[in-house]
Amino acid sequence: MQRIEALRILYPDIENDIVVTIMGAVAAELYSLGHRKNFFYLQHAMGLASSMGLGLALSKPDKRVIVMDGDGSLLMNLGALSTIAWYAPKNLIHVVFDNQSLLSVGGFPTATAAGSDLAGIAQKSGYHEAATVRSVEDFTRAWRAARERLELSMIVAKVEAAGPKSFLMDLPLLENRFQFQRWLKEG
Amino acid sequence: MPVSVENSRIVYNGLKRSGVKIVSALPETWLVHLINMAEEDPDTTLVRLTREEEAIGISAGAHLAGVRSALLMQNHGFLAAINPIVSLAFLYKIPLLMLISYRGHMGERDPWQTQGGRFTEPVLKALDIPYDHLTNPMDVERQISEAQTLAESSLTPVALLLSRQLMWEA
Repeated sequence: MQRIEALRILYPDIENDIVVTIMGAVAAELYSLGHRKNFFYLQHAMGLASSMGLGLALSKPDKRVIVMDGDGSLLMNLGALSTIAWYAPKNLIHVVFDNQSLLSVGGFPTATAAGSDLAGIAQKSGYHEAATVRSVEDFTRAWRAARERLELSMIVAKVEAAGPKSFLMDLPLLENRFQFQRWLKEG
Repeated sequence: MPVSVENSRIVYNGLKRSGVKIVSALPETWLVHLINMAEEDPDTTLVRLTREEEAIGISAGAHLAGVRSALLMQNHGFLAAINPIVSLAFLYKIPLLMLISYRGHMGERDPWQTQGGRFTEPVLKALDIPYDHLTNPMDVERQISEAQTLAESSLTPVALLLSRQLMWEA
């Protein structure tokens, strides 16, 4: 499965959700589908998109929060899984695009290439549900189920280690930050 | 335990009066009463961390969502959180109210705490983070309120150093 195929499944459903992505291919590909004011692309601070998602989910319990993470980022802040699971916000869906590599910095393998099971770690940390999916059909099913469930959920989407031709986004990061904050205030 | 309950209460009340709703923390001796107060307070969400770096993300999310938060950490925890302070809080202009227990300074008996005490202020200065010492209980509430005001107006992290004088009963 390609990351962009999974993103196309999500995209129509997240119009009113709070969306936080990591940097790199995830941000660039979501942006390429069409930026919305409710999308925040964390362009640095690797690993902290999930912690930001927790802060947002606790602060806006009536809104759905979608964190779009990657294997490299998640592995840099693995302890966050135990913290998130402890508070278990029902309004948080944690999507992890696992390409088993650090794609934007040379494609070196991450520990998931050697078998680290992120969904397993999340499940045992206390996520209500965590699934690993390898096809667009299974991703679609897991995504729909997570949305209906309204419990802390993770979907680990095993995707090809391929990214967009360009990571360029015509959106300065502070513009994104203030636009997102304003949307949260008004939305 | 000679950690001052009375002065911990004064600090906690200062946070409440400044509108803090989310407190993230990693336990350390001087913070014990403060953490218990946050836990027992139904109007405050206490987030227990595995590592202080997470707190920068949590506070960033809370700020963008319009909720005030504070970070309780030991100075060694502050040192552990430097990268996110730089590459999230500075980069994205996120205010942080950091209450840092100033271990390893004058009067410290635990040898293992002493190195962090040497580097806390030099690192705060190197990062150009405005900071103040909380020493006199009479001034604490006002200092917390002013730190909060500066953090939000400047959209930058600020630090308040919890001193031995304030936190530890001789």
